Amino acid sequence: MNWITNYVRPRINSIFSRREIPENLWSKCDNCGTMLFHREVSDNLNVCSSCDHHMLITPRDRFLSLFDGGVFNEIAVPEPVHDPLHFRDSKKYPDRMKTAQKTTGEKEAMLVAAGEIGRTPVICAAQDFSFMGGSMGMYVGNAIVAAAEEAVKLGRPLILFSAAGGARMQEGILSLMQMPRTTVAVQMLKEAGLPYIVVLTHPTTGGVTASYAMLGDIQIAEPNALICFAGPRVIEQTIREKLPEGFQRAEYLLEHGMLDRVIDRREMRAELITVCRMLMRLPPPTWGDLPKPGSEELAPEALDAISAAKAPHPAKPKK
Amino acid sequence: MAHYLDFEKPLAEIEGKAEELRAMARTNAEMDIEAEAKALDRKAEQLLTDLYSKLSPWRKCQVARHPERPHCRDYIDALFTEYTPLAGDRNFADDNAVMGGLARFNDTPVVVIGHEKGHDTTSRIEHNFGMARPEGYRKAVRLMDMADRFGLPVVTLIDTPGAYPGKGAEERGQSEAIARSTEKCLQIKVPLVAVVTGEGGSGGAVAFATANRVAMLEHSVYSVISPEGCASILWKDGGRMKEAAEALRLTAQDLQTLGVCDRIIKEPKGGAHRDRAAAIAEVGRAIAAMLDELDGSKGAELVQARRAKFLNMGARGLAA
Ligand SMILES: [Zn+2]
Repeated sequence: MNWITNYVRPRINSIFSRREIPENLWSKCDNCGTMLFHREVSDNLNVCSSCDHHMLITPRDRFLSLFDGGVFNEIAVPEPVHDPLHFRDSKKYPDRMKTAQKTTGEKEAMLVAAGEIGRTPVICAAQDFSFMGGSMGMYVGNAIVAAAEEAVKLGRPLILFSAAGGARMQEGILSLMQMPRTTVAVQMLKEAGLPYIVVLTHPTTGGVTASYAMLGDIQIAEPNALICFAGPRVIEQTIREKLPEGFQRAEYLLEHGMLDRVIDRREMRAELITVCRMLMRLPPPTWGDLPKPGSEELAPEALDAISAAKAPHPAKPKK
Repeated sequence: MAHYLDFEKPLAEIEGKAEELRAMARTNAEMDIEAEAKALDRKAEQLLTDLYSKLSPWRKCQVARHPERPHCRDYIDALFTEYTPLAGDRNFADDNAVMGGLARFNDTPVVVIGHEKGHDTTSRIEHNFGMARPEGYRKAVRLMDMADRFGLPVVTLIDTPGAYPGKGAEERGQSEAIARSTEKCLQIKVPLVAVVTGEGGSGGAVAFATANRVAMLEHSVYSVISPEGCASILWKDGGRMKEAAEALRLTAQDLQTLGVCDRIIKEPKGGAHRDRAAAIAEVGRAIAAMLDELDGSKGAELVQARRAKFLNMGARGLAA
């Protein structure tokens, strides 16, 4: 750890703390089977350079590439009651949680952050499919409410990246109650006149799709993302027929009028900047290199990070 | 009783025996069986009380799905007057899994909306077993909007295995339709009261149950997923639905502890299907009481209270 990561983490993740990726590791595209360098994959936002297949990306990695200079402030999410139902199947719910925390290095299935994209202040929330299938329980509900409250407080758009198998069964009815709960959060944004943009990523299903993920002012999806209420297997069992090719995929939904846009992950940042700025009635973005650190043109979060790092005593970054 | 549930088998045997005795006495006037038959009646009565006083969560699911349980149509016929069904989503179709329209409740005009499962093979198919398609939720949104414009309270009756998992339903935006219905529930400036009468199946139930007051019948259930579905996902064995039903905390009693259910409506001994009229009357009293509690509240207060209720929900878990 160097002086700056010591100072700034865990509240600020920045270019300075970009995760180190070994040069010599390979992984295989789960669609076309092409062997790809890890570095190549991560530089390409986990999109296969051979077939354009969009692989899973963690909220943290997504935010690092999305926010200007990879700088963002993580927004604290209130802790819900742990294991509210004392649920156990073959394993105890708290044990499943611990395993998920260990394998992902994250606390829960959603990350919320404030920052700037193309000099546009925004709040972003992203669901983590690698954490118990991204499932929506009390924590995810709290995260969305916190994101909406922060957006309203700061007068910023909220961009939400969805990815979930649905509600978290281990929280029973309380996970179901996140449907109305997150809908209240969306209403806060709408009443404040702030844009709510949903980016549906693979897969977004069940109660998540049937609540906050379908209520955006603008609905964007990543290519080939599965987006549905009932999954294809359940439907095939019910109607006893084979479903057409591409059924419930992003392009299919676009064709059926359920989405505004399907956008490649590598184009997403530009897309979001363009859309947010128009909805916020801001002038067109300036494309090109970001100003050097220390210049007055720098994002407030980055300035905070730098001044905190330079301060003789640890200073809490301003909101 | 035409339909006994599996755990009612011992009861069926006793009641069958009593019936047999009485049938024999009818053909043979010299037999005096009344004392013996009466003893069997008492035994059956006691067994019924015992069985229903401690129904396990899975048995409650079975009772909640009982085919002879009163359904939406029965409640509307008995509790409302001038029921005027209103059809269609003005976009694609009318969905028979959802019935709704204008009606009077104790002379007050209201909008009533509910899932109807049907009572025999023909009507079950007609109503798609109470599994709504997007058009059902969009019809509900339309009716709630109308109620809002004209200041009519909304009463919803919930009894659905869940939203229909079909090809067309998905193509026409099942998720969006459910999300919009929940959203509408949270927006209307009129009292909204809900009764879960049988099965509150997941998102398909939430779409109507995001209400100022939610009552549940004593043996009704409300869950994020069916016990069978939960068992097949978490236990990888759909047959372990009894354990799943326990774990999910889907009974009215658990949901009251969790703050999801505001009021439990007592059922007649042996469940609503054994005395439909009494069960329906009790539901009527609960609806009246809930509307009464909200009477005089201003539109903005109702919306605010509804939002606060759902924002705070589940904050304390089972310790609540
Ligand atoms: Zn590939």
